[in-house]
Amino acid sequence: MTKLKINSKSVEVDVEDETPLLWVIREHVGLTGTKYGCGVAQCGACTVHLNGEATRSCVLPISAVSEDDEIVTIEGLAEGDTPHPVQSAWAELDVAQCGYCQVGMIMAASSLLNQNADPSDEDIRAEITNICRCGTYPRVLAGVMRAAERMRG
Amino acid sequence: MQATINDAARLSRRSFLGASGAAAGAFTFGFSFPLASPGLARTSAPEVNAWVVVKPDETVVIRIARIEMGQGSLTGLSQLVAEELECDWDKVTFELVKPGKNSARNNVWGRQSTGGSRAIRGSHEYVRKGGATARAMLVEAAAREWGVPAGECSVSKGVITHDASGRSTTYGAVAKAANAITPPDEVILKDPADWTIAGQPVKRIDTMDKLNGALVYSTDVTFPDMLVAVPKACPVHGGKLVSFDASAITNMRGVEHVLRVDDETVAVVADTFWRAKTALDALPIEWDEGENAGVSSETIAEMLREGLTAETPYIGNEAGDAKGVLAGADRVIEADYSFPYLNHAPMEVLSATIRWTPERCEMWGATQVPESALSAMAEAAGLAPEACEVNVTRIGGSFGRRLQSDYVGMATRIARQIPNRYVKMMWTREEDMVQGRFHPVTQCRLRAAVDTDGNLEALHMRISGQSIAAYAFPGAMTENGDPFVFQGLNPDGDETAIGYTIPNLLVDHAMRNPHIRPGAWRGVNLNQNAVYLESFIDEIAHETGQDPLDFRRKLMANHPKHLAVLEAAARGVGWDTPPPEGIHRGLAQIMGFGSYVAAAAEVSVSDGWVKIHRIVAATDPGHVVNPQQVEAQVAGSFVYGLSAMLYGECTVRDGRIEQENFDTYNVMRLDEMPEVEVIAIPSGGFWGGVGEPTIAVAAPAVLNAIFAATGKRVRNMPLQNFDFRANPS
Repeated sequence: MTKLKINSKSVEVDVEDETPLLWVIREHVGLTGTKYGCGVAQCGACTVHLNGEATRSCVLPISAVSEDDEIVTIEGLAEGDTPHPVQSAWAELDVAQCGYCQVGMIMAASSLLNQNADPSDEDIRAEITNICRCGTYPRVLAGVMRAAERMRG
Repeated sequence: MQATINDAARLSRRSFLGASGAAAGAFTFGFSFPLASPGLARTSAPEVNAWVVVKPDETVVIRIARIEMGQGSLTGLSQLVAEELECDWDKVTFELVKPGKNSARNNVWGRQSTGGSRAIRGSHEYVRKGGATARAMLVEAAAREWGVPAGECSVSKGVITHDASGRSTTYGAVAKAANAITPPDEVILKDPADWTIAGQPVKRIDTMDKLNGALVYSTDVTFPDMLVAVPKACPVHGGKLVSFDASAITNMRGVEHVLRVDDETVAVVADTFWRAKTALDALPIEWDEGENAGVSSETIAEMLREGLTAETPYIGNEAGDAKGVLAGADRVIEADYSFPYLNHAPMEVLSATIRWTPERCEMWGATQVPESALSAMAEAAGLAPEACEVNVTRIGGSFGRRLQSDYVGMATRIARQIPNRYVKMMWTREEDMVQGRFHPVTQCRLRAAVDTDGNLEALHMRISGQSIAAYAFPGAMTENGDPFVFQGLNPDGDETAIGYTIPNLLVDHAMRNPHIRPGAWRGVNLNQNAVYLESFIDEIAHETGQDPLDFRRKLMANHPKHLAVLEAAARGVGWDTPPPEGIHRGLAQIMGFGSYVAAAAEVSVSDGWVKIHRIVAATDPGHVVNPQQVEAQVAGSFVYGLSAMLYGECTVRDGRIEQENFDTYNVMRLDEMPEVEVIAIPSGGFWGGVGEPTIAVAAPAVLNAIFAATGKRVRNMPLQNFDFRANPS
């Protein structure tokens, strides 16, 4: 059995060592907010926070994660009923289209803002490399800016 | 351990937007798998009519028959119903119609098929009538209760008032009685000029669950004791499955079945996707690749090249005598273009969850055509359609891929071999990439005759290449060929007419169908036709020393709507003033899906690095139901269209598609996104589509700007095959 801490809760799963964290989260823990897009760390739909850093979970074997690591998925990003500022900004600007990639976008954006409270347009363009096929990029850019403003107060 | 979706993370719309936020309550409408299915079953209150349910708590549930896959029509259609219903928009929520139910009710919700940018333009009238009829019934119910004429009652935000007696009631209070009222034979729809809900930039009503992970997409469907099937079909389309050695993997953990699905497909079924995929990767499979194993991109190009000069083509547009004028012309300008195979590459791979029993078969999953999914499932299930149902889920992008129901039949054939179990079939990204239904390949030879004053006297466009309809929609073929290959080039009509008057014009098509399976890819045939026509018009302008805008104006006098969007885009980009140092501009316009669109691009090119700085896009869709969603669709169209222009190409070697994932099928990312300004100029009097047409002008506007910058004419997409590279910010 492998012990994990996901969204501040301890869980135990019985999986093969090489199973990527993505599939543990989706199929064994049952949190389907984290998405499969490519399986090769190209698209970022599977982005979670590992100890606060955006991590592409589709290529991270569970054996590389310990029970001391803090894993946060989209389901655990909000503080109770209070959405994360990135989620609020996304709602205000109606960023999502199909929405499938947006959970990964939001996890990437919130991680970026943890490390850089005042990102420039160029910072955001360079740091958020997730793929969106609907074409939400302009509003993603605006959404990160809006969230950054809110987080700085 | 099989936990359910983390309810603690569910966030109400109220907490996102504050108490005054639009449309509180939609979050409660997330799917509650596994026990309830998403659809009509969740409604406890009786309907007023097929489109409207009002619950005792005043929640207004609007039925949505068309598919929402990111384009926003779920909200737009709700606005149209709510506008006529005159309900409180803040209390609107929705539910999705099932095709079996639709069929059982004599297709009361109309066509569910969602493609061709048709969701709103193809249903606006009857959904508005649905809302207006429900309103009339609700008012009549109140009037009867009060014993007053309905004509003396008024409605505002779901509150019915009889001024003379000072009485008032609510939709929720009279909804049950309204259900028994005979609907009026006729209702008068509002003048769009009087709209207060439709036409407004309201936010989508289905956003909240997309932001917290709660929304259940097709691949998220989960049932207790469910199995997951991962299929692999012969990578050479049309090839056959000969054999596989199941014994090599049956001892692998979680594996329960290794199945022959059909003539060309094997599937591994396990307790999880990851275990099924891992076992499938280890499964020895023997294919009979068949006669197409030797086909390559080069042989396909050769096949199409022959069509450029072939006799007896299918003529799509003919005026005057183009060939004769070309034969005697002083000056002929000519060029050959091509357009590659493209994969839709939606973010969510194909999937469907099916439970088959000898008596009944049901699907939970994504489709763009619920009625086709239902019939494909019924056929594969060996059951009558009445014994089947499709529980439509939301889609993580689709762009035309799920117009074909091949994967539904496949999932059913798997589930039928495992009776009484829920089986989720889910493709890998690699399978999705090689078993796509690809944007078809074409080539085009363009020949223009110009006189000494630079007037375009004759144009011959010979298109050679693949027909989508011949493979996917044979019922749409005419005896002469595939009429859809002339999108954007038709002589007239309100769907997709050419915007130029050319005295001698010939547009014809030589159908050449390689074995790679084609499909409608967002924008469909408008994509290549816009590249061919708009790049070549730009070539003629430059060759004859004319400004590309002035040259077009001379040809567009009889096409005021085409011209209006072109002028708007040109004005927006500042065409009449010189661009900033190092910046170069390009234009394109086209009509498709009933709308008129144009784009002006600004680019710079330095040492082969192309940077797309700015796009100004203009669109005239007749009516705009939600301006901020039209803006999102038009801006997003440049991501799809420019991804194709920069990187998009699926190549064929040894009969199979070579690109298997995003590492070799690159797409545009945030760092390459230009600034996009959207100018919507709805001129009224018609209803055009929005989701697709603008894609087509993205590439030619930028390619024309690249020519302006470099003098190099890119006639074969994508740009990455030339000495150009996209320059991130």
